[in-house]
Amino acid sequence: MKIPYYPGCTLHERAREFDVSARECARSLGVELEELPIWTCCGAVFPLVTDSVMEILAGVRNLSYASRVGDRVVTICSFCYNVLKRANRVMRDDPEKREKANLFLRADTKAREAIESYAKEDYVGQVEVMHYLEMLRDVVGFDELSRRANGKRLGNLKVAPYYGCMLLRPKKEMQFDDPEQPTIFEEFLSAIGCVVVDFPMKTECCGGFQVVRDEETAAACAQNVLASALKRGADLVVTTCPLCRYNLDELQKGMAERVNGWRRIPVVYFTQLLGLALAIDEKHLDFSGSYVDPRPVLAENGAL
Amino acid sequence: MDKRIGVFVCHCGSNIAGVVDVKRVAAELAKYPGVAYSTDYTYMCSDPGQNLVKDAIKKHKLDAAIVAACSPTLHETTFRRAGRSAGINPYEVEIANIREQCSWVHQDEKEKATEKAIRIIRTMVEKALLDEPLEPISVPMTHRALVVGGGIAGIQAALDIANAGYETILVERSPSIGGHMAQLSETFPTLDCSQCIMTPKMVEVAQHPNIRLMTYSEVEDVSGYVGNFKVTVRKKAAYVDRDTCTGCGLCTEKCPAKAVSEFDEGLAERKAIYTPFPQAVPNKPVLDRDNCLYFQKGKCGICQKICPVDAVDYEQEDEFAELEVGAIVVATGYDLYPIENIGEYGAGKYADVITSLQFERMLSASGPTSGEVRRPSDGKVPKDVVFITCVGSRDPESHMPYCSKICCMYLTKHAMLYKHKVHDGQPYVFYMDVRTAGKGYEEFYTRAAEEDNVLYIRGKVSRIFEEDGKLMVWGVDTLTGNKVELPADMVVLGLAVVPNPAARDLANKLKIHTDEWGFLSEAHPKLRPVESLAPGFYLAGAAQGPKDIPEAVAQASGAASKVCALFAEEEYHREPAIAWIDEDTCAGCRVCISVCPYDAAVFDEEKGVAYVQEAVCEGCGACIAACPSGSAKQRNLTDVQIYRMVSAALED
Repeated sequence: MKIPYYPGCTLHERAREFDVSARECARSLGVELEELPIWTCCGAVFPLVTDSVMEILAGVRNLSYASRVGDRVVTICSFCYNVLKRANRVMRDDPEKREKANLFLRADTKAREAIESYAKEDYVGQVEVMHYLEMLRDVVGFDELSRRANGKRLGNLKVAPYYGCMLLRPKKEMQFDDPEQPTIFEEFLSAIGCVVVDFPMKTECCGGFQVVRDEETAAACAQNVLASALKRGADLVVTTCPLCRYNLDELQKGMAERVNGWRRIPVVYFTQLLGLALAIDEKHLDFSGSYVDPRPVLAENGAL
Repeated sequence: MDKRIGVFVCHCGSNIAGVVDVKRVAAELAKYPGVAYSTDYTYMCSDPGQNLVKDAIKKHKLDAAIVAACSPTLHETTFRRAGRSAGINPYEVEIANIREQCSWVHQDEKEKATEKAIRIIRTMVEKALLDEPLEPISVPMTHRALVVGGGIAGIQAALDIANAGYETILVERSPSIGGHMAQLSETFPTLDCSQCIMTPKMVEVAQHPNIRLMTYSEVEDVSGYVGNFKVTVRKKAAYVDRDTCTGCGLCTEKCPAKAVSEFDEGLAERKAIYTPFPQAVPNKPVLDRDNCLYFQKGKCGICQKICPVDAVDYEQEDEFAELEVGAIVVATGYDLYPIENIGEYGAGKYADVITSLQFERMLSASGPTSGEVRRPSDGKVPKDVVFITCVGSRDPESHMPYCSKICCMYLTKHAMLYKHKVHDGQPYVFYMDVRTAGKGYEEFYTRAAEEDNVLYIRGKVSRIFEEDGKLMVWGVDTLTGNKVELPADMVVLGLAVVPNPAARDLANKLKIHTDEWGFLSEAHPKLRPVESLAPGFYLAGAAQGPKDIPEAVAQASGAASKVCALFAEEEYHREPAIAWIDEDTCAGCRVCISVCPYDAAVFDEEKGVAYVQEAVCEGCGACIAACPSGSAKQRNLTDVQIYRMVSAALED
């Protein structure tokens, strides 16, 4: 089965292991993630202003590209998912912005060269934006995933699923899971055989973009999340978001000096664990990119 | 002989006369064919005005009268009564609305408004020329009431109707009457014991000669109309012959199977054969087959063996009772919004985050802890207890937008009672506003804050989670702007009041309206608060909206008095200006039946034609517009009348 895939810029740069592991895992589950013929930045942040269409154009463009190659698009970075899903909703529900955005799409000559019959029809939100986790649940099925997870035994690994905010909020627009008490990540981790560590800070902020201008604040946020997971006995934190991963992982750099007795905890992408469970060749999972190396903990628990 | 019609133009002070030239209107109408007399007066609805109408009817030998004044919703009845007392048929008195539909909306166009007033009155003259004398419809009536729901509202309504001398059937779904009020410990603002004031009423119901009590029963189907309802009630199999049973309690004592107690809100267990609480009415057990060893595993049977009067009967089946009643009071009550929907407070996964009803059971002397405050997880006495208002209420983004009305007061009561029981404990109340609109309520709140040192924190709680054996409560104090992190031992949630989930199904069966949340809709929010729009249905208690006990009781008494007023007449009378079907021309196509919103049009299988049940028809006219053969007609609003009225309105 082929499903159009929007990787987003971070997955081609900083989060390469996320991209590669995601594709390899999908392939082993019988899903070919087909990268869109052309794509650009998603816009990165869904605009807070409501009276302008400019800020959603990047997202709409990518959705429009996707509409020429399929009726759904899978994405995996939480930010991309958030922006694409919300931009799509605007295109479905707001006739005024829809019309304006389509005027821009028609002027998109580059896309016209790259994609056959591009912008012949208006983009009206017809593409379904799907997160990789949703694909695993709804296309593959968690039961099937559980049957296929014949690789490394992860039964000793205590994993804390960290959702962050972008997957879940705002609730009405994302309609992904209960933002206060989400469960999809836990269901996924159970399906691949991990011990799930439920921790109350799983939906608290990681620090987000604050890391750019106020690292101290971001580090405090990250510390709050990690301490909560550590306290409940987690060996490992998994995330779906490159920014969360960066904050939770890299910001541990100074933590040992600031926090008495700080114990480091590795943070990995969920597809890297999935790869282990599916017996994907380790070279596609690349555990070397983390600041806190996950390999010792994985090896200790028989996962490597 | 041609009709002699009188026209009476009202000034309504300057409301009409300030815009419309009433003198000219009266003069113009005097010339109109059929009009025998025409005049004007400052306030036609006043006593002298009504006398003017009456005198003119007699003096000028009028057959019909048009009062050109305000909307018929205001004074139609006034002038029809005046007409009747002057000797003409009240249905030949018509109102021409020249205020709401003319003077008020054309204040800057006096000339045109006057022209329009003349036309409006002319149309009504044309109608009156063809009006026929009508008599109110009389329908035989069963003078017996059905009350659905045996909480405090249903009990009060049943008692009031029964005390007025009418037979009343009280149907309750659960094994005992009493409802939520029977679960409560004390009541605000007086702190009198809920069961102490409740149980005498429950006993009175059981012993009342005019009340037939049907517990463990549900309304299955309702047909008919006001005065003549036919109701099917399912009596659920209790596997105990409740007539033979003496209520000795031996079976419950010996029963080895346990289940979660609904009455104790899951804080305690009950047996599989059980009475829900010691003061239950009737005080006879029912057997819950889902948890019974005999039914689930085929063994045991202890209750049957031990019963001294052989009342346990495993073969019992549901029975159906057919009832005939004239009026139905719906008092199906409320429930709490599911805690599972509140993810930020743990969605029910923390044992020590409990609902207000659970806390009531905990406070109750007959409850699972015998009235001691002990947290569910480890039985310890909690020293810091947080109470949260508006959990699921006033939250249009995620939950219910409305105010649940009772939570401010009962949480205040909870905090106060907690402090009375745990002197060294500290109660905290997180609130959005403390709403104390009720007699003695504000004083009660002040007492809690000032005398019992309940700490009120204005702000929402954003998250609750377990940390080091405590419940960490994260919130904000919006008066200081500070974030609050409070380690608590127990949290009590004031969850939103929602209609009983079964009430929506019942409302569908009864064909009465509910609002978008499932609360029963009243006929008018201010002036008809205890009636449904559907005739013969009355509303009582929290089924209509969140209510405290005094309000529920007051509304129940209101509903009961409406039922009694209905029953005070031998027959049921209603307006005669409704539809009828000419059976000579009706082709039996049943279009009228499909369009009738009141199920008033029905089919006569024998004659092969449709007919209108006079007691049910509301005169909306849908069938008349739909009937392809013109057989459906409206009394005093025939096609000919409408044609002539339109012609008069448009005439150059």
